[in-house]
Amino acid sequence: MKKLATKLLMAVVAVSLFAVPAMAETIKIGAILAATGPASFLGGPEARTLEMLVEEVNAKGGINGNKIELIIKDSAASPEKAISFAKQLIEEEKVLAIIGPSTSGETMKIKNICEQAKTPLLSCGAAEVIVNPVASYVFKTPQKDSYAVKKIYMEMNKLGISKIAVLAGNTGFGKAGKGQLLKIAPEFGIEIVEVEVYDKKSNDLSAVVAKIKANKDVQAVINWSIVPAQAIVPKNMRQAGWDVPLFQSHGFGNIKYVEAAGAAAEGIIFPAGRLLIADTLSVNNPQKALLLAYSRSYEAKFKEPASTFGGHAYDAFTILMAAIEVAGNDRDKVRSAIENMKNFPGTGGVFTFSKEDHNGLDMDAFQMMIVKDGKFVAYEK
Amino acid sequence: MTSELFIQYLLAGITYGSIYAIVAIGFNIIYNTTGIINFAQGEFVMFGGMIAITLLQFMPLPLAIGLAVILTMIIGALIEICFIRWLKSPSVLRMIIITIGISILSREVAVHIWGESIRSLPYFVGNEITSISILGARISPQVLWVVAVSGLMFICLGIFFKTTSVGREMRACASNRKAATLCGINTKNMVTLSFILSAGMGALAGCVMSPITYSQYDMGTGLAIKGFTVAILGGLGSSGGAVAAGLLLGVIEAFSVSVVPLAFQDAIAIAILLIILFIRPQGLFGSKEASALKEF
Amino acid sequence: MKRLLPLIPLLACVIGIQLLCSATDTLYYLTQMTMSAYYSLLIIGLCVLMGYAGQISLGHAGFFAIGGYISAALTTHSLVSFQDNSLVKLLDSAGLLLSGQTLYGEELLVVNPTLACFVAIVAAALIAVFIGIPVLKLKGHYLAMATLGFGIIIYRLVLAVEYFGEADGISEVPAFPLFAGLSVSGNFADRVPNYYIAWGILLIGMVLLLNLIDSRVGRGLRGIHGSEEAADAMGVNTARFKLQTFVLSAIFAAIAGVFLTHYNGGIGPSEAGVMKSVRYVAIVAVGGMANLWGAMLMGIILNFLSLRGVFGSYDDAVFGFILIVIMLFAPNGILSINVRHQLRQLFGRNKQDDGEEA
Repeated sequence: MKKLATKLLMAVVAVSLFAVPAMAETIKIGAILAATGPASFLGGPEARTLEMLVEEVNAKGGINGNKIELIIKDSAASPEKAISFAKQLIEEEKVLAIIGPSTSGETMKIKNICEQAKTPLLSCGAAEVIVNPVASYVFKTPQKDSYAVKKIYMEMNKLGISKIAVLAGNTGFGKAGKGQLLKIAPEFGIEIVEVEVYDKKSNDLSAVVAKIKANKDVQAVINWSIVPAQAIVPKNMRQAGWDVPLFQSHGFGNIKYVEAAGAAAEGIIFPAGRLLIADTLSVNNPQKALLLAYSRSYEAKFKEPASTFGGHAYDAFTILMAAIEVAGNDRDKVRSAIENMKNFPGTGGVFTFSKEDHNGLDMDAFQMMIVKDGKFVAYEK
Repeated sequence: MTSELFIQYLLAGITYGSIYAIVAIGFNIIYNTTGIINFAQGEFVMFGGMIAITLLQFMPLPLAIGLAVILTMIIGALIEICFIRWLKSPSVLRMIIITIGISILSREVAVHIWGESIRSLPYFVGNEITSISILGARISPQVLWVVAVSGLMFICLGIFFKTTSVGREMRACASNRKAATLCGINTKNMVTLSFILSAGMGALAGCVMSPITYSQYDMGTGLAIKGFTVAILGGLGSSGGAVAAGLLLGVIEAFSVSVVPLAFQDAIAIAILLIILFIRPQGLFGSKEASALKEF
Repeated sequence: MKRLLPLIPLLACVIGIQLLCSATDTLYYLTQMTMSAYYSLLIIGLCVLMGYAGQISLGHAGFFAIGGYISAALTTHSLVSFQDNSLVKLLDSAGLLLSGQTLYGEELLVVNPTLACFVAIVAAALIAVFIGIPVLKLKGHYLAMATLGFGIIIYRLVLAVEYFGEADGISEVPAFPLFAGLSVSGNFADRVPNYYIAWGILLIGMVLLLNLIDSRVGRGLRGIHGSEEAADAMGVNTARFKLQTFVLSAIFAAIAGVFLTHYNGGIGPSEAGVMKSVRYVAIVAVGGMANLWGAMLMGIILNFLSLRGVFGSYDDAVFGFILIVIMLFAPNGILSINVRHQLRQLFGRNKQDDGEEA
């Protein structure tokens, strides 16, 4: 009897030894986001989105029964903090992967750190240099600038516009976009006759608008920026009585910017992910269900409209979760799981990663939109 | 440059200049009664705009602005009473650090109340695309509001300091605090009053400029830096100097756009101001003795 | 020499922390300790300028950025496409260029980090002289504004010039090989040597400054702080002393910038921002204006906590709160609280010292 009891006890111990770690494991994920500071308009929605998603995943019992623990570090958009936090998350917290940073400048500072430490990084930064050259552990979820640029230029070709002015914000987003605009313009036979960069904290831009307006060659303006100050440009243009077509970038994908520019925002054309027009998509669209689910739960929880910025964090998180589901708690396996992911619908588009493409989105991720009656609608012409 | 473009630049410069001048005058009011620079001045502007935007949901615009100004004045008074009133002859550097601390804390309070997104008051007249034509150049009517309100505040302050007894008592504190105390003036109350006054001015400025510049929790820092620069350039303590220097800085900024890329605008404008300061170390309208006396 | 005695326990602390971290397998704390040490180098330089020469500078992040950016740009931007340029050829034949490969296999030809470091520090010193001569004639708030203006100009320039990477700053800055296999880099393997490099530089800086304030120059400086006119009348060349201190503190800032940039492997415009300068001044004030030890201690503690993200999104709020509290209740710096109080209790005297000195 006693022997049997011992055997039973041993069996129980043996089973629990194997079973417990497999069942109650917690997977640590790090996030470095600019939740405060000069890029908080990006980091704020991103951080809130991640908090919401982690709650949802854990409420459903986690991934394969493993709870997710998310450690959000607020970098306030300072690269030195991002560097310090990346090292901290990798070595100290031993996270499986890092989501963020919010800006390209910060991402470029920690790209090599993550590559050397073999920790997957899913950046929410926009610049193409993040994934070009490809670092095997570094991915990014926002769409490529060059595709947005091409979308805009294609539209301009249709409208017969060939001479344009470019205004860009002085952030990493503006810098990257300006570079692509200048680089790709000749392919579409477009000539950029004026280029100006404005400060992210600008109060008024009527002087620079007057300057480019004085150049009679300008047929259209591209305002490439992600900062709130971009809403000043349309106002100053319309107040100056200048009604050339105004194109903006996917950094305009926040309905608050439309509200800020008010009547002046009418007619702005820009490419963006379909999150902004989720309810008008056809039922067959693979993104429709998740777009609606995300925007509804975000709006219900935080009482503010969902933006494409929060969507980048949503994509990073869901891609990571899908990879963990397949690969488990292992940095290398998660990395290759992401790289092999095909046709994965997200807010920014349908992701198909490969060895050469760590962004996974094609030009179709963008939809040209126009502001009409204070709302975003699909632009067709 | 066509005359139309010239006027357009000039108007843009006047817009910037009026905004800077009004912040600089706020600096001067407190400087005059206390000898300190209140680096939280920009936060008064932010609070004014933000509070008015929040109140607008419950009441008409003029009422919201009025109430916002009053509430910001109360904030100004509270700041003075909590942090400054009970200090015994603090050094200037200590005061600078304390006001910087207050400015950081105010910003943090604001971001936790209102979040990081931008807001704005509606245009007082018309909307975002309304414009009026002046000599061929076109500007938003809101610009006239900013200029008019700045001008009105400047004149009212002048009258207040020259003709009312309270104003005269405040000026007495400015020229000699000890003597003012000996004359029976309650200098502590005068300091509180100067905070109330400059908070109110900042708040009103924050309301009129909100449709043009938008209001955001961290707008104060940039305005405080520009306002401080202008106050120094005009000669600390001189309201007329602040207006002149503000307009000068605004116009330099606007016209610099025609020569150098916009990205260098600030660098150029500040470099010019520094050169002026090197030639006239007491500022454009400051007296030499005063600038030599006030030290750290 | 008595002033240098506290350095021995400090050195013991530095070594002790490393040994403790090694023993407990928590070496990762050294990452932030290293970064904080570099920021503290700037802060002690600023402390001598503010506390001893009595000159405020709201533009010291500018000097940090000059050092960091010049060194980063020279050692990172490849000169491969300029290979035919005669100057590049001359430098190459003099052995002042390094060739190599990036992590992603691109060819690189860059300036030797030692030369770049030298150029960066000399540039910062020259700019400090150039700026210092007119600026240091100003007083009080006017001086504050002029230095603030200088800081803004540097910030605007790094943000606008393509060579300095605009908003993205400069990334992928290579390691800085010093000697005997030691190099300043953020690699996980080099952490312990880098910790000692940073603290070694900081300690050397402390020794230099402690000696300086005890020397003839230091006495002259204190004279300037007390009364510039009186010092002038006593035959102290106040203008020269002020300028020398200004340039020295700029060099300290530039060295900190160079080394931290190589350690971090990059630099961004936020390092040049006005708020950074304000932060440095505030830390000096909180540490005690004429108190090198206090400034260094606060520099280490506040930067360490901030870089570890201890306060999360409340980082700035906590910083502002600390500023206000210390300035309200201990205007002579954090070190003045306990020491004085205890001395008073121990000896029951110094009653007449109660008044504020500020």
